[in-house]
Amino acid sequence: MLKVENLIVNYGGIEAVKGISLDVPDGSIITLVGANGAGKSTTLRSIAGLVKAKSGSITLDGEELLGLSTPDIVSKGITMVPEGRRVFPDMTVLENLKIGAYLRKDSLKDDIDHVYDLFPRLKERSWQAAGTLSGGEQQMLAVGRALMSRPKIIMMDEPSLGLAPIIVQGIFDIIREINRQGTTVLLIEQNANMALKTADYGYVMETGKISLQGTGEELLANEQVKELYLGKSKQ
Amino acid sequence: MKNLENKRGTLITAAIIVAVFLFVGIAEKIAPPSWNMLFMVLKKGSIYALIAVSMNLLNGFTGLFSLGQAGFMLLGAYTYGIFTIPAADRASVYQYFDGGVVQFALPVPVALILAGLVAAAFAFLIGLPVLRLKSDYLAIATLGFAEIIRAVFQWNVLGPITNGSNLLRKFPVFQSTISYFIVVGICVAVILLLINSSYGRAFKSIREDEIAAEAMGINLARHKMLAFCISSFFAGIGGALLAMYQTSVQASIFKSAMTYEILLIVVIGGIGSISGSVLASFLYIACSEWWLRFLDQETILSAAGRGRFIAVMAVIFVILLALMVFRLVKPKAKSRVRYGVGAGICGAVLIWLIVFAATGQTKVPLLRNGFRMVVFSVIIMIIVLFFSRGIMGTSELPDLFRKRIKSEKEEVAS
Repeated sequence: MLKVENLIVNYGGIEAVKGISLDVPDGSIITLVGANGAGKSTTLRSIAGLVKAKSGSITLDGEELLGLSTPDIVSKGITMVPEGRRVFPDMTVLENLKIGAYLRKDSLKDDIDHVYDLFPRLKERSWQAAGTLSGGEQQMLAVGRALMSRPKIIMMDEPSLGLAPIIVQGIFDIIREINRQGTTVLLIEQNANMALKTADYGYVMETGKISLQGTGEELLANEQVKELYLGKSKQ
Repeated sequence: MKNLENKRGTLITAAIIVAVFLFVGIAEKIAPPSWNMLFMVLKKGSIYALIAVSMNLLNGFTGLFSLGQAGFMLLGAYTYGIFTIPAADRASVYQYFDGGVVQFALPVPVALILAGLVAAAFAFLIGLPVLRLKSDYLAIATLGFAEIIRAVFQWNVLGPITNGSNLLRKFPVFQSTISYFIVVGICVAVILLLINSSYGRAFKSIREDEIAAEAMGINLARHKMLAFCISSFFAGIGGALLAMYQTSVQASIFKSAMTYEILLIVVIGGIGSISGSVLASFLYIACSEWWLRFLDQETILSAAGRGRFIAVMAVIFVILLALMVFRLVKPKAKSRVRYGVGAGICGAVLIWLIVFAATGQTKVPLLRNGFRMVVFSVIIMIIVLFFSRGIMGTSELPDLFRKRIKSEKEEVAS
């Protein structure tokens, strides 16, 4: 399992993450919710090795990941779906998927079939340039691309961003499906309602610190969370 | 499905390439001396094709905007020259430097590969600091490197190796056009294989989105360096071939203007298209060295020839003008600007003809040394304005011969 302890990250001259600790047990869906600028993305990016942490520790099954490069972390089984989808627009859907498996040397056929089973829409558009897909399809492709590295843990940064509500529902269904098939999910969301309903356990992040934590239901029922993130007043 | 369809395009392209090679190989043996110009253009065009493709690998496929190509060509050209001049001729070539320090000659193929390796080695050293930069900063840094290299190679202290600012000459050169074609063909084929490999995909992903590529576990620094070194390797071989073509090497010709020429070819051919770069190289060299040459010559026509010239030109351009105007005034006309510019150019040529007819001179106006570059610049401006993605865009030759399948057509329509 993935364990983050006392992680401190400086980002752009400010302390964006001020010593947080997370547990991500195998096979679970863990979510990190919070407002803009709370430090959620920075946390994810430092787990992925894209941002250097100042101090703390990130361990996967007891092995220290802090200081490793992104390629090493991806090979250890942690892959990130970046915020804003970031598919490669002028490359075909199939090429995008193959890039996801760049660090693997074995045959990709089974994995491509697996992704196409999960997202039949992508199979239809296999030869299309990824930039011509709709927002929802691009999000599917971004998730499929990350799955191609056969991750133990898939980290998703705001997968619902900029998508219509009905598509968002579909994305969360897929997150549950991926989890059911055995991949651990670490999910960052501003859509706290959907995220907490989906997750086994959630953390609420505020200005670089964890302010609350609990199971999805507990947090959904929490008055403070209701007021701040779910848009419901106390009365 | 597309895969299957694309086989047809690949086969046709392969057939065209084989036909071109056969034509060049056979025509060269049997053609009369008056065809010399064609073979000059084919030789220089093939060399520029290799260099343009190498630049495209970096600028088009990896998205690194580098302007150091002339510097790497210089390294290749000098390496080839220095290591292939026969020992017996060294005393006369290095006459001011007691025959130079290198006193042996390598076989041509070895020297060609060495030329590439030296360029790649320098690319590695330059790349360590420079590849941390992005876009225009990288362009300026690489341009600076190329200028420094040029100055260093003319430095007298290095004379025993580089012959200072004097020419390197008397090295073995390819006589036949087909030899250039074969070397360039092999190099371009290697680049094509690379682009279609998983490395090529990684390069393209870096071009499209660095952050996403990094998140997929692609080591950005390593892959950028790889693309930079490979591109420079082939630019070095291109430089060596250019040295052969010119039969001498002098640092002063590898100016930044040469890099811009190649950049122009890449842009005209289509950034991200190998076949575009190759086609554009031949077109560019043919235009600048051959087809537009007449514009540089003062031409005096006989009275009868003058009448014929005016009549033929008038007919051609009146028809063209009529076509353009017809397209322009047609209701629901598309791309009016394009036809407007076309009509304007035809009009300008016609006014020029009327002036020519009215003055009664036999000397064709405007045709004099330098006018070629004026016309050439206008042509390039038109290409860049109206075909902003180049003649091929990002597609390759086989794509042109691919039959569009029905479902694909429908998709495009929707």
